[in-house]
Amino acid sequence: MAERYWRAAAPKASYEVVIVGAGGHGLATAYYLARNHGITDVCVVEKGWLGGGNMARNTTIIRSNYLWDESAAIYEHALRLWEGLEAELDADLQFSQRGVMNLAHGLQEVRAGVRRVEANRLNGIDAEWLTPEQVHERCPIIDTSPRLRYPVLGATFQPRGGVARHDKVAWAYATRASELGVDIVEHCEVRGFVRGPGGRVEGVETTRGRILAGRVGLVAAGHTSVLASLVGLRLPLQSHPLQALVSVLYEPVLDTVVMSNAIHVYVSQADKGELVMGAGIDAYNGYAQRGSFHVIEHQLAAAVELFPIFAHAKVLRTWAGIVDVCPDASPIIGPTPIDGLFLNCGWGTGGFKATPGSGWVFAETLATGRPHPLAAAFGLDRFTSGALIDEHGAAAVAH
Amino acid sequence: MTGRRVEVGGAGVDRARPIGFRFDDVDREGLAGDTLASALLAAGVDVVASSPILGRPRGIVSAGSEEPSAFVELTEPWFDPIVAATTVELVEGLAARGRPGVGRLPTSPPPERRARHVHRHVETVVVGGGTAGLEAAEAAAARGDRVLVAQDRPWWGPAIPDPEAQARAARLAVADDVTALASTVALGVYDDGYVVLLERGGDGRDRVWHVRAARVVLATGATERPIAFADCDRPGVMLAGAVRVYLERFAVLAGQRAVVFTTNDGAYPLADRIREAGGEVVAIVDVRDDGSGNAPPVSGIEVLRGWAVAAVEGETRVRAVHLVGPGGRRERVEADLVAVSGGWMPSLGLYRAIGGGLRPDERLAAFVPDGSGPPWLEVVGAAAGEGLPASAPFWYTPAEDLTRHVVDLQRDQTVADVLAAVEAGLRSVEHVKRRTYIGTALDQGRTSGHLVAEIVNAALGDPLGAQGPTTARPPTAPAPFTALAGVDRGELLDPVRTTPIHRWHVANGATFEDVGQWKRPRAYPRPGEDLEAAVLRECRAVREAAGVLDASTLGKIEVVGPDAGAFLDRMYTNRMSTLPVGRIRYGLMLGLDGMVVDDGVAMRLAEDRFLVTTTTGGAAAVLDRFEEWLQTEWPHLRVYCTSVTEQWAVVAIGGPLAREVVRAMGTDVDLDASSFPFMTWREGTVAEVPARLCRVSFTGELSYELHVDGRHGAHVWEAAIAAGEPYGLTPYGTEAMHVLRAEKGYIIVGQDTDGTVTPDDLGMGWIVRTDGSDFLGRRSLERPDARRPDRRHLVGLVPVDRSTLVAEGAQLVARGDADGLGGRPAPEPVPMLGHVTSSYRSAVLGHPFALAMLRAGRSRHGEVVDAVAHGRSVPCEVVPPIFWDPEDARRDG
Repeated sequence: MAERYWRAAAPKASYEVVIVGAGGHGLATAYYLARNHGITDVCVVEKGWLGGGNMARNTTIIRSNYLWDESAAIYEHALRLWEGLEAELDADLQFSQRGVMNLAHGLQEVRAGVRRVEANRLNGIDAEWLTPEQVHERCPIIDTSPRLRYPVLGATFQPRGGVARHDKVAWAYATRASELGVDIVEHCEVRGFVRGPGGRVEGVETTRGRILAGRVGLVAAGHTSVLASLVGLRLPLQSHPLQALVSVLYEPVLDTVVMSNAIHVYVSQADKGELVMGAGIDAYNGYAQRGSFHVIEHQLAAAVELFPIFAHAKVLRTWAGIVDVCPDASPIIGPTPIDGLFLNCGWGTGGFKATPGSGWVFAETLATGRPHPLAAAFGLDRFTSGALIDEHGAAAVAH
Repeated sequence: MTGRRVEVGGAGVDRARPIGFRFDDVDREGLAGDTLASALLAAGVDVVASSPILGRPRGIVSAGSEEPSAFVELTEPWFDPIVAATTVELVEGLAARGRPGVGRLPTSPPPERRARHVHRHVETVVVGGGTAGLEAAEAAAARGDRVLVAQDRPWWGPAIPDPEAQARAARLAVADDVTALASTVALGVYDDGYVVLLERGGDGRDRVWHVRAARVVLATGATERPIAFADCDRPGVMLAGAVRVYLERFAVLAGQRAVVFTTNDGAYPLADRIREAGGEVVAIVDVRDDGSGNAPPVSGIEVLRGWAVAAVEGETRVRAVHLVGPGGRRERVEADLVAVSGGWMPSLGLYRAIGGGLRPDERLAAFVPDGSGPPWLEVVGAAAGEGLPASAPFWYTPAEDLTRHVVDLQRDQTVADVLAAVEAGLRSVEHVKRRTYIGTALDQGRTSGHLVAEIVNAALGDPLGAQGPTTARPPTAPAPFTALAGVDRGELLDPVRTTPIHRWHVANGATFEDVGQWKRPRAYPRPGEDLEAAVLRECRAVREAAGVLDASTLGKIEVVGPDAGAFLDRMYTNRMSTLPVGRIRYGLMLGLDGMVVDDGVAMRLAEDRFLVTTTTGGAAAVLDRFEEWLQTEWPHLRVYCTSVTEQWAVVAIGGPLAREVVRAMGTDVDLDASSFPFMTWREGTVAEVPARLCRVSFTGELSYELHVDGRHGAHVWEAAIAAGEPYGLTPYGTEAMHVLRAEKGYIIVGQDTDGTVTPDDLGMGWIVRTDGSDFLGRRSLERPDARRPDRRHLVGLVPVDRSTLVAEGAQLVARGDADGLGGRPAPEPVPMLGHVTSSYRSAVLGHPFALAMLRAGRSRHGEVVDAVAHGRSVPCEVVPPIFWDPEDARRDG
């Protein structure tokens, strides 16, 4: 990263495109609007500090091993962008393809795992099925013995999966977008919309005044539904707290990413030494970035069972993000029934890994008014047609 | 060796009780009441550890949990990979060594401390056992509240012993309805007065307290702030308040020639204490040159107003101090201790994490509560800013070179690093934190956080307090995974559920499968049999004679009330309200998206009473679903739901000789098909105990399910085994059950379905009523996508070679599409047509077979597709998904 970050811009009176939300997806969208479509008259407004929502709160896992063709295609597109992103943005993103392992603890998880591996391979995505012995070889600190309450029966493994440093990703997109002419305005909250003939959205009312726009893209995660409700648009999104935590710093013990659905834990080790762990989603809806303590207790119990070496580890920090989840656990990307208004939300637990791909396809949508081919299946209309992309039951991924 | 034990002070230690310990492999001695840090200081140990990144020598800075420097690994009497020496109580035989900010997790972990979880309801929780906390606790107790008061230190009252506070603590210790917990840290305060605390027992046993309180009082005190100057991370640079605590509580003088460096009056009395203890004070260096403050003069000690410490000399210990004064005057003095006070900050981590807001207080140059936050929360004492000395806003000593002005000792980050972040364009302290990692190490920036915020404010030209410290996140102190896990370990990670017949299964060689929380017999292999041979034998027995299955794990819910039938009509796709008493009906349950989520049967026990069964794994979710709809959408329906899964044991006897077996067990129920047909139930006795007999079948054979009181389960099972012996009755497990039901084309929800399958996809459109009345998922079934002719349908597959068992989970592709891939990722996506959901060898068919979901499968019967898994393609013929007794003659017989 060159030693100069994004400009602090003051909002102009109008732009070709206004993007609401300076998280990873909003910033990536702005960057690809400028880079791929030459549209630089763009403003990204953010109610807090840049990258301070889910971008700062996720566990930084990147993978593309989704079951259904539509999901696999967009996440694999994202992963391929990730693979060139440090060069593209000329930034050290600490992108590390250390592999992602999803453990199977029951016979049905084995079936689902094999199914997913085969689907991934036929979709051109790297995927391996590991026996318990191979799990042990690749990650000896996992207890693969039969003594585990739900013994490890195998795992899927995506070698190209891994992690990246979330903050650096947001900052690199912001910085490069800013260099291309995009205005990024922090501490600027959208409070309403400017409506034109036929109800067309023609701008936003913000705490820093009215900003007119040719097109408005809402990329505000769980708050997208709050914003959309201001124009009478009801979205099938539910927002839940999802907690994560880091441990005290330890010398390296874990060089891959391990996820376990059955016993509710996923973990990697940051290069500073913290164990970075995610837990389950709280069942209730809410926007307070606090989860329930028992979720953390259960997660840690699972962690010490699965990784006996964690017996003396300690929790250093816990926090929650707000995941915006659609009924089919897939995102909404594309136009709305309201002219001028476009959506990119509902990424649930999949948001961080999708960042480059999400920005890429949404930029095209904002540039052309039409969905990108990779996003076509993720339109709002699928909730009317019933053509859902249900990654809940099938993907054997936590939540 | 500049620290030493002195004759004065020491109210917190017992000079008569020496305690032996070992540090960095050297035997040492401390006193009862010491912390490891005070004992190390008393023993003259300067360097405790090295810094994590630069490897600089580091000593002890503080006397509490805010310690940013002196971290150790404990090996005796218990293991702890990394902990602040200031928080470790000295015990006989303790062994430790310094750690540079990063712990080591041993591959073979030594024994852990064990933790118990305790739940408590009180009117008032007080966090903090200093002066203000004890006062608050006593006041609450006097009101008649049940009180829980917690103090993170092993002692009560302030760190500098105070007789009045100790007397108050003694009164509280014996008061009714007061729980006083020392060595207990409040990890977090959560919504609605929920407080989680960790009590560290001296005996290695910990307790996690879950406390629900009507009112939470935070008396969390204040933390002293350091000041950054060149090499301020050297051993010998300490917080002034800590120097005083070591002296007065532990009788340890941390250095022999001290410079007191302060922004406030609070540090002045320290000078006298040091001299009383036999040390020298070179000077009090006070940054204030405006005449503020009114500390009484300390006779014989030079007070340098308007001066600051610019730097220290010395590698492993301060040897000299460089001072800078008005007009840039400089002076060098010999000293081995710099006692620093940059002012006091209320400790508000818990308050902020639950939503409390801050406001800058100009007098303190610190943040104090702004009065917001939940109404049940109160902040008192120093945490509210009370009694703290006014301080000048002074964060670091200005200099040309700020690259050795260390701000965060755990991240080795300096003032220069902070300024570089701001110069590079970062304007939020959150961004600066995330670039420098300041405040994210073991100490969580408790001493450095505010400094960084104000350095950023100043660099941006913003007023004091424009931005505060970064977000506070629980827990207050690092908490062991195992403490929070409590007893939820091993088998208790998730309770193991077993049926009343479990012991028989174990005694008779069953292998088990985890199904939800249940242990179910998977098969009963005989000596010399592998799983496959056992399953084939069990299957053959059921098809040719009779088998017995422990079906007790089936979820069972009684649905009772005048509206029970109407309620079930809404929950299932078919109509249950018309079911006559004595009859049984199979039902499918859909999600709101129209997809199958569970199945089971409903028995009408009486006009207002149904028993519905669910899948073993789905029982809790189905009951939750019932309750959610009843409570949130239809509270007017007069229906009660009760889980009775464990009240009933279920012994399922199936096979052509099933009737003979049940008869042989002894029953007063007429088993004749004409009076007791398929899908009915009867009450009577079997094997001399009351039973409900149900004619349902999951194998496709004539079957009786015997529902008996759970306490009779083992008896009835053993009676069946004994009575069935002449008929070849064979116990069979879940694996044989899976094969038998698949031969019959019966689905298992969750195996053959995955949340994307409609009833019609399963060929079960007949079970969905179309009279317009409503049920969950009905509307979604009318969406265009649910009516596409090319949806995936349930089909049967037979491998063309009639011998290869295809893998469950295999993907289906057009013939030849995956040839040559050998398990490698395809260069271009290969269209997938569906997948194999179930696949078995069959005892009666003479070839393996499978069930699959296949695109437009019902129109592909007779076609051949490839099942792709593990690098192989297996050609399979598509057939209808019913392989056994399509006329149902055996089942209904």
